[in-house]
Amino acid sequence: MRALHYVVITMILVMASCATLSGSTSQPIAPYEQSSEFEPANHIDEIVLESLTASDLEPAGLCSDAVFVRRVYLDVIGKLPKPNEVRSFTRDKRLDKRARLIDKLLERDEFADYWSMKWCDVLRVKAEHPINLWPNGVQVYHRWVYHSIANNKPYDQFARELLTSSGSNFRVPQVNFYRAIQGESPSSIAAAVGLTFMDQRIEDWSDDDRTDMEVFFSYVAYKPTAEWKEQIIYLDPTPRPVIDAVLPDGSHVRIEPDTDPRQVFADWLIRPGNKQFTATIGNRVWTWLMGQSICQDSPASQPALLAYLQKELIKTHYDLKHLYRLILNSRTYQQSSIPRNEDPHAAEHFAAYPVRRLEAEVLIDALVELFGPAESYESPIPEPFTYVPESEPTVSLADGSITSPFLEQFGRPSRDTGLLTERSNESTVQQRLHMLNSSHIQKKIESSWRLNQLMTRERGNRGRLVNELYLMTLSRSPTDAEKAAAKSYLNDGDLRQGVNDLAWALINSKEFLYRH
Amino acid sequence: MKPSIQNHWITRREALKVGIAGAASLALGAHEHLIAAPAATALSSSNAMAKSVIQIWMWGGPSHLDTFDPKPDAGRDYTGPLDKPIKTNVDGIQIGQLLPELAKQADKYSIIRSMTHGINAHETASYLMQTGRMPDRISYPSVGAVVSKFRGYDAGYNGPIAPYVVLTEPQGRFSEAGCLGQKYKPFATGGDPNRNRFVVEGIIAEGISDERQSARRQLMHDLDTLGKVMQDEPQFQKHDETEQQAYDTMFGKAREVFDLSSVDKALRDRYGRNTFGQSCLMARRLVEVGVPYITINYKGWDTHKQHFQLMQRKLPEMDAAMATLLSDLSERGLLDSTIVWWGGEFGRTPKVLWEPPWNGGRGHFGQCFSVVVAGGGFVGGHVVGASNAKGDDVAERPVYPIDLIGSMYELLGIDTTGSLTNPLNLDLNILPEVSGNVKSAGRLKEIMSI
Repeated sequence: MRALHYVVITMILVMASCATLSGSTSQPIAPYEQSSEFEPANHIDEIVLESLTASDLEPAGLCSDAVFVRRVYLDVIGKLPKPNEVRSFTRDKRLDKRARLIDKLLERDEFADYWSMKWCDVLRVKAEHPINLWPNGVQVYHRWVYHSIANNKPYDQFARELLTSSGSNFRVPQVNFYRAIQGESPSSIAAAVGLTFMDQRIEDWSDDDRTDMEVFFSYVAYKPTAEWKEQIIYLDPTPRPVIDAVLPDGSHVRIEPDTDPRQVFADWLIRPGNKQFTATIGNRVWTWLMGQSICQDSPASQPALLAYLQKELIKTHYDLKHLYRLILNSRTYQQSSIPRNEDPHAAEHFAAYPVRRLEAEVLIDALVELFGPAESYESPIPEPFTYVPESEPTVSLADGSITSPFLEQFGRPSRDTGLLTERSNESTVQQRLHMLNSSHIQKKIESSWRLNQLMTRERGNRGRLVNELYLMTLSRSPTDAEKAAAKSYLNDGDLRQGVNDLAWALINSKEFLYRH
Repeated sequence: MKPSIQNHWITRREALKVGIAGAASLALGAHEHLIAAPAATALSSSNAMAKSVIQIWMWGGPSHLDTFDPKPDAGRDYTGPLDKPIKTNVDGIQIGQLLPELAKQADKYSIIRSMTHGINAHETASYLMQTGRMPDRISYPSVGAVVSKFRGYDAGYNGPIAPYVVLTEPQGRFSEAGCLGQKYKPFATGGDPNRNRFVVEGIIAEGISDERQSARRQLMHDLDTLGKVMQDEPQFQKHDETEQQAYDTMFGKAREVFDLSSVDKALRDRYGRNTFGQSCLMARRLVEVGVPYITINYKGWDTHKQHFQLMQRKLPEMDAAMATLLSDLSERGLLDSTIVWWGGEFGRTPKVLWEPPWNGGRGHFGQCFSVVVAGGGFVGGHVVGASNAKGDDVAERPVYPIDLIGSMYELLGIDTTGSLTNPLNLDLNILPEVSGNVKSAGRLKEIMSI
């Protein structure tokens, strides 16, 4: 028994090393993979590969161009690529075309839209209960976040502005950081700061540590103005003595009477030596792109990976786009989602790109883009911003209070807590009923002018019709088997009904509903 | 001094086991014990009276003076034209003159005339009435979501449709899953049960034959290339599971339940041929197949203007439907195990606003209002508490939101001191502790049969 065990382990080791040298024993799986080789593209890959090899795990194959183009559009700009974008990418013969596409997408307006949405989840941007930023506050705050992302504001500056600004919630966007905290007490502020920038629930800290941190936020004051719901956030000017404060790392600091304690805290937070700050943002960006965080306390822990991201952040002066590029260009990110291991821990080692259901906003935007018509929204109280222009995608909605039954059903976060886990991408029966059989989706398909146009244009060529539908929905051409099945379905009965059903089947496929 | 809710429960339940001598020592360590084993104690259905709840949510806040707490002696500035309340079949209880059918059923329900929370804003009051809490950092689940968890999902519920159904439109976050997660969201039917065909969103599709349904499902499977390559992916397995459940719902018993065409026409007429009337009928049918929680969102009670005209139109509709629901449940032997809860986020200003722009309207009023409960262990024919002569404040025995909610949980066998497991991994309790702005005047023992 023991001898057999040994042989098996040796075989796995041989297979693993083969994977790194001369290609894996497994063949790439069409149409999702294009090679089985793992050639490190940057240092991320070297670290990941080392951890995979050490655990006898085989990395997934390199994803195909078709998978890549869909994935990178969804991950960077939250949209599906259009059929012509898919075609021009797959036809491009340049070796660095993936890197070029990444650069191009990072410069698009939709990039800032999509990543503003993620940040506004973290910062709890909503007008109503229980955050109560009010519509005006939401609009200025969202716009500030949007421009910060579009201009690639260095992350340390982003954090510093949020922590140290003073002024009106309608005129100084950053002070809404304080407004979006439920409660004005130093302890509520400290809890929000800990969660947002340090990935800490300070509720779990000792009383002493918590009290120490609260000191830095004990002089934040709030006052109303004559304008409805306007509030000034400012530093309490009452004379105060010198404070001997203790920072979360235990070091003592003297706060002079003329110094804003928030600035002292911000200076400590964003200094390059503060590992908590860089670890939080490094891991957050990694999680957003890779679907799961870098474990810090499990057997699959990869301190080297996080340390590398932290080092790069400091080296580039907190350039987040540099971080996105680094991750997106890695072979690790460009793995297919088809795992080559049965080990349930393989995912923690990043042995494949994890499948995830599309977020509520991204999914409905894709459906509207495919079929139309624009969605309508509602808000708990009437507000002017509920009238959203038809051309505006759901992803770019500023206000978490403006919603629709679809968004609620598909797990859009309520923006109450700032926790990433608030967003739920789990699959429920109600969602399946809605996608499979609701009048909402059925009407979209039946009244789609794009499907109508496509059918009229390609009436004579069903092969092309099927091909185009595949490009529109799954961003790839059908395999021969798929094409045959689809064509035979279209040949039975009414063509428009057949096209509707084919579109219905494709948007209900896992390949459409999950990023992969 | 009132005992705290937690201690009350512990002494009642645990004192029996350990005897009176042991009760004091147990109470000290009890908190710890409950935290350690919440799952085991969350549902004690052995002493549950109620199996289902029908919540008639009077969206917008109904006037208490014009319904269940008339004040004929307060004068026309309070009664408006509705100054002649009627006797009910229970001695000493009078209700509004536009509710003659409900007057014949007063032995089946009890009226709480001293409901109070003092909040006059829709959002906050709706949230408070349906979660028992004031808004804070966390979005808490509504009563419906909590009941669907403990009496539905966690109790092995296996009905033909989700354990929490809303007829027909959802209210949004104020009555939903909160931080419990997607699964606990209600199934909102959409459509209109008063139409010839009740098009239930996701279950009954218009214009798609069963043959086409199954042909396109087959097509979807034939084209599921990624799914076939990744059969071991847990999320895909979950996806397949939910799809199967979705089809079971579409083609299984749910379709039958939602089809009102086989129901006796006279009975349908008695419920009233309108959305609310047929929703009440639908709610009874959902109770019959075991759905633990049904909310009927009854719109149109936010009557700032044209109040009395609206009452003339809406109250007869409400009267017929609700009275028929009570008698129908009772005749079928379902009332004993079904709580019917009628009420909105607040009442309306007892004093009529004659001045423009209201011209005889009533505003929001959270200081004192009425809620009606029936069945499932609530005894009928009683009035709980009292408002003062003008109906603008509590005169006797206040009832706070958690008193009402906690009483229902108790009748449903849900341990109100248990914890609410949630995907955010926060340490949350089913009901808030009494302190600060969370007030309690005790469970509704006077009308509970346990």
